[in-house]
Amino acid sequence: MTNAADDEGFVVFDRVQKSYDGETLVVKDLNLSIGKGEFLTMLGPSGSGKTTCLMMLAGFETATHGEIRLGGENINNVPPHKRGIGMVFQNYALFPHMTVGENLAFPLEVRGMGKSEREQKVKRALDMVQMGNFINRRPAQLSGGQQQRIALARALVFDPKLVLMDEPLGALDKQLREHMQFEIKHLHETLGITVVYVTHDQGEALTMSDRVAVFNDGRIQQLAPPDELYERPQNSFVAQFIGENNKLPGVVETLSGDKCTVRLETGEIIDATPVNVREAGQKTLVSIRPERVEFKSEMMPEGAHTIGAEVLEVIYMGDIFRTRMRVAGSEEFVMKSRNTLGQTKLVEGEKIQIGWHPQDARALDPM
Amino acid sequence: MTDVSASILTTADGKPLKAALAASQARARRKAFMLVAPLFLFVVITFVIPIGQMLFQSVYNDTFSATAPALRQWFDENPPGTEPDEAAYAALVSDLRLMREERSAGAAGTRINYDISGTRSMFTGMARKADKLEPPYKEAVLAEDKKWDNPDVWRAMRSASSPFTIDFYLAALDMTRDETGSIVGVKEGQAVYKMLFGRTLFLSALITVMCMALAFPIAHMLATLPMAKSNLLMILVLLPFWTSLLVRTTSWMVLLQSQGVVNDFLVWAGIVGDDGRIQMMYNQIGTVVAMTHILLPFMVLPLYSVMRTIPPSYVRAARSLGATSWTAFRRIYLPQTLPGIGAGALLVFILAVGYYITPALVGGADGQLISNLIAFHMQKSLNWSLAAALAALLLGGILILYWLYDRLVGIDNMKLG
Repeated sequence: MTNAADDEGFVVFDRVQKSYDGETLVVKDLNLSIGKGEFLTMLGPSGSGKTTCLMMLAGFETATHGEIRLGGENINNVPPHKRGIGMVFQNYALFPHMTVGENLAFPLEVRGMGKSEREQKVKRALDMVQMGNFINRRPAQLSGGQQQRIALARALVFDPKLVLMDEPLGALDKQLREHMQFEIKHLHETLGITVVYVTHDQGEALTMSDRVAVFNDGRIQQLAPPDELYERPQNSFVAQFIGENNKLPGVVETLSGDKCTVRLETGEIIDATPVNVREAGQKTLVSIRPERVEFKSEMMPEGAHTIGAEVLEVIYMGDIFRTRMRVAGSEEFVMKSRNTLGQTKLVEGEKIQIGWHPQDARALDPM
Repeated sequence: MTDVSASILTTADGKPLKAALAASQARARRKAFMLVAPLFLFVVITFVIPIGQMLFQSVYNDTFSATAPALRQWFDENPPGTEPDEAAYAALVSDLRLMREERSAGAAGTRINYDISGTRSMFTGMARKADKLEPPYKEAVLAEDKKWDNPDVWRAMRSASSPFTIDFYLAALDMTRDETGSIVGVKEGQAVYKMLFGRTLFLSALITVMCMALAFPIAHMLATLPMAKSNLLMILVLLPFWTSLLVRTTSWMVLLQSQGVVNDFLVWAGIVGDDGRIQMMYNQIGTVVAMTHILLPFMVLPLYSVMRTIPPSYVRAARSLGATSWTAFRRIYLPQTLPGIGAGALLVFILAVGYYITPALVGGADGQLISNLIAFHMQKSLNWSLAAALAALLLGGILILYWLYDRLVGIDNMKLG
């Protein structure tokens, strides 16, 4: 194993394609490099190819074309049991006829490990997930969250180089899910393992990952750290898939360097930052996060264009107000404002002027 | 204990909670009972009562005792082994006269004939002459027919004089009573039933194992294939179900007989010579092959229903944890199919133990099972009591197996579909 493989390309997908029926590609030309110790999330809607990628990495599916390397070695023809990859399955896949202890001992047993060493490792792994007292229970006697922890411990007990997680928190309720997100994150940090995590829950992806690969239509749409992904989406799909988003269709009016103006369908002109538009006159979709929309003139940056809006609905959500407005013909334009002391209360039918920093309005390709 | 009433829960108005609960559910229970009542009655009338009556016949047979009250009294007064005296013959003659009057000498003779063959005619013959006999009866009877001197006949009459008897069970287990009335095994060469029970159990076990070996891969394939394809294959598995049992058995006769398809092929292929055609029918091979085929769906279906519920992620998890495909199968997949294997094996075994038509048609003499003998006693020898005793032993054996299975595997672990 070379150093280069250690740092940059611990797991490498090199021009990988996958087809199940020989007619359509589920994964199209995937190039992805995952560093050692990285927590990478594959995020995307169902059918986007993310689970197929994971299954190819685990060895349950073979790549139709291209190469998958682990630690610098081509593993295309290595059977799953020789890859040394730990995996947490969607429904945990804990063996129902074995106790928790036997479940954890299984990977050690098939590796021919001695009894005393096995017991020691099982105990350590169970303590790691705070389930030391459950060693003699059967999976059916555990709650969903407990089963989740055991599945995690089982995937880690044989010290794998790489751990794959296939929507592991999908079956848990919201509170437990959030709690487990932090626990998995902490385990990742303390153990220093490489994790490839598959989910369709964007919140989960943003909370846990070092980098997120957004999948759609068999391709990676954007590969970036969570903050960049949220604040600087590279195309309309990513902008819409990650977080809430206001979309205003229009045509690029002027374009100079990192600034542009866009004429909306109803004639108004707004400021925006060009992301993947190349010339004036091109159709575009301007995307603005609801929490970056301002309606108080003192908060607006100097020289910014403002636009008229009619309040349609104000929803009290506790920490924020969610205001739905009619803007440039769209009735789905949403503004989120913090519920601070002395916040201006908007009422239905009120006409206001809204605006935003040009950096927050991103002119993307029309879908 | 300070307050006893505190331990009994009551409703808000003071009624005991249990009584209130029962009252509130009474209506629903009544309704539920009304729904199952027709089926319940049907099962009782057509199944429980006839089978109970049949089983009762295995310990109760009054065809002789009902028309032999005088003999019965004499047997009661004299211990077993007593030489029949004049009083005994007097009782015999009085009973024979009664039999003649009631025209029951044939039936009574048949009952004794079960124990000693060739005795039925003694009763019918002597009953005809009974009115003409004069005392002393012993000389008169023996003058007519010397065979009445036989102590075996008297012993058989003694045991038949009581309607309740375990003699049929003794016979079903190849046992009989000797001169003093103690239980001994029958003579060498007369024992058939124990051997038949043994053969029935052995062949049933063999058929069960063969079904298991054949059904496991089929069920696994059905469970892992996509729904559309597996449904098509499922129809093929079920097809034999929709074909008459006779048709299936006779098609095996076409295949297996010495001039049949299989032998013709073997001769054509040069594997066996024309004079060396393999005898595959009218022996145990025929019974085993045909019954394995016929009972196969009963093994496939429970296995399939269990395998369908095992998600592929278990084996995948095992593989990712470092198990080879064989280890994953042995340690993870196979244990999870056990409820299906148990259900299928029990089902096939129980069906095989009681199978009748197929062994009767393709079994020949060697391939007969115990049920064929039960049928023989029901239809040919008309010894219903012996048939009932054999059937009761079979039923008891199966219940014991069922109990063992419950102890070992647990009946609630069984999945039939």
